[in-house]
Amino acid sequence: MLREDIIIDIFSGWRSFLRKCLFRVLRVGPIPSHVAVIMDGNRRYAKKKKIDDMTGYDAGALALLHLIIYCMELGVKYVTAYAFSIDNFRRQPEEVQKIMDLTMESVMLLTWISKLRSVRVHFAGKLQLLSAEIQDAAKRLMESTAGYNNFVLTICICYTSSDEILHAVEKSCKEKWDDGIGIMGYDKGNDYERLIKVEDIEKHMYTAIAPDPDILIRTGGEYRLSNFLVWQSSCCHLSSLGTVWPEFGVFHLVWAVLDFQKNYRYFAKKKLQL
Amino acid sequence: MPFSLHFSPTPPITAPSPLSKPFFLVPYYHTLHAPKSPLCSSMEHALTHQGKQEAFDRRPEDSQTLPLGLRRDAMPSHVAVIMDGNRRWARLRDLPVRSGYEAGVESLRKIVEICCKWGIKVLSVFAFSSDNWFRPKVEVEFLMSLFERGMQEDTGIFFRENIRISVIGDLTKLPKALQELMVNLEEATKNNTRFQLIVAVSYSGHYDVVQACQRLALKAKCGLIEPSDINVSLMEQELETNCTEFPHPDLLIRTSGEFRISNFMLWQLAYTELFFAQSLWPDFGEAEFLKALLAFQQRQRRYGV
Repeated sequence: MLREDIIIDIFSGWRSFLRKCLFRVLRVGPIPSHVAVIMDGNRRYAKKKKIDDMTGYDAGALALLHLIIYCMELGVKYVTAYAFSIDNFRRQPEEVQKIMDLTMESVMLLTWISKLRSVRVHFAGKLQLLSAEIQDAAKRLMESTAGYNNFVLTICICYTSSDEILHAVEKSCKEKWDDGIGIMGYDKGNDYERLIKVEDIEKHMYTAIAPDPDILIRTGGEYRLSNFLVWQSSCCHLSSLGTVWPEFGVFHLVWAVLDFQKNYRYFAKKKLQL
Repeated sequence: MPFSLHFSPTPPITAPSPLSKPFFLVPYYHTLHAPKSPLCSSMEHALTHQGKQEAFDRRPEDSQTLPLGLRRDAMPSHVAVIMDGNRRWARLRDLPVRSGYEAGVESLRKIVEICCKWGIKVLSVFAFSSDNWFRPKVEVEFLMSLFERGMQEDTGIFFRENIRISVIGDLTKLPKALQELMVNLEEATKNNTRFQLIVAVSYSGHYDVVQACQRLALKAKCGLIEPSDINVSLMEQELETNCTEFPHPDLLIRTSGEFRISNFMLWQLAYTELFFAQSLWPDFGEAEFLKALLAFQQRQRRYGV
């Protein structure tokens, strides 16, 4: 099937109708505004299905496409996906190349989807580690969708939280330096007023266009963050699913949302506090 | 090749990736572009200090007290704990909240003893978060007095058992007497080598990174470094966990069944294995701790490879 046909198929048909009915029921309760995912388990999926790892990654890309559409239908506003970590460069070169090829294909597909449904696409990470071709395509897509705000998709590529924090810290220091502001000043009460604050660092994060996630889903059965959104997930609900990423479907999303709704009282209290 | 959204007829089966190999044994295919992962410093650190394990002042009986099933070579060097559930524990028993906190302190003492026995080098505990200042004043004052009392009562034990105490967090918000006690205890135990207990009081992961950033900015202002020099190593030197040889927890345990990190040690938890225990903190004992360690030892830590 052609990729556009697959998208149209997901958006329409009786399955889509049933899904919308299910989501309507779910929307009686609170829906997370921002869902983040660590898409783990593509290689294990390939091993389980006795196919090569590259085909596993293809299946993973298809699962991400489904998630984006499901989230749009559910009313989630922000989705952030961990596509490729800086650490992943240590994998086999053919694996890395496959992910780069998938990224290029995804850019083209997302260009088409963004026009269909006013989706803003953002690539977060150290993009200079990508090839010039992918960088240019990604930047063009980001610029062309910058005006959309119905739904925001952030793809974390060449990303680690450590790198993101260091980048934000460096930018904050440079900003204060360039402004000629002293790092420590005095307020009226003669106490030290520290001029680098949490907000200064947060505004320089790669993922600053989206608020902190409400729920962070990791597939593959592992319980760790793997250097993904460590700053932003300080208070968010963590959900680890045993299923591998290519097998993540609508019912797994429903389960994750129900899990979020069960813990919603704490988050609502937290938001009031802040 | 177009975006392949279907499987090809008979795909070849390739050799499995070296998932179980530590990162340093996997050849660097993209050394030109890939910057060093923050993991590298902690892994290298762990490797160089592996040989120094024996240098830790262990009692002879420690080497024989590891429960069946636990492997000494796979013990975490640094365990972090979010001690959640004290108030719920008290409410379930129709006791005042302070009883829950006191039971929590007892539970902590037991876990410290177990860590010393089983050869865990560092235990970090999230005693009081920056957000906890929002709790009722009476509760906060009780907690401050509990910390003071606990540290005074256990000073003898720290010296006898050769335990080093470190306190991390924004201590300026604490009562003066407690601040002095903590600083003095840190100083007095700094040469103890058997075990290190890091107590996070008035702490948050955001606070830790921001204070490190401020220190780095001050160094840049004084011309000691350029903003562009800021890297993982410089950052870690300024974080509050620079008080320990093992700043990155291998395992984080959170009790009471809540699945969140609550702003604890964010930078340091990048590759930490998370374990969420259902029991409340005062009920978290040896059996639960063993379960967490056994689960940790079964995990495959790939560090992105």
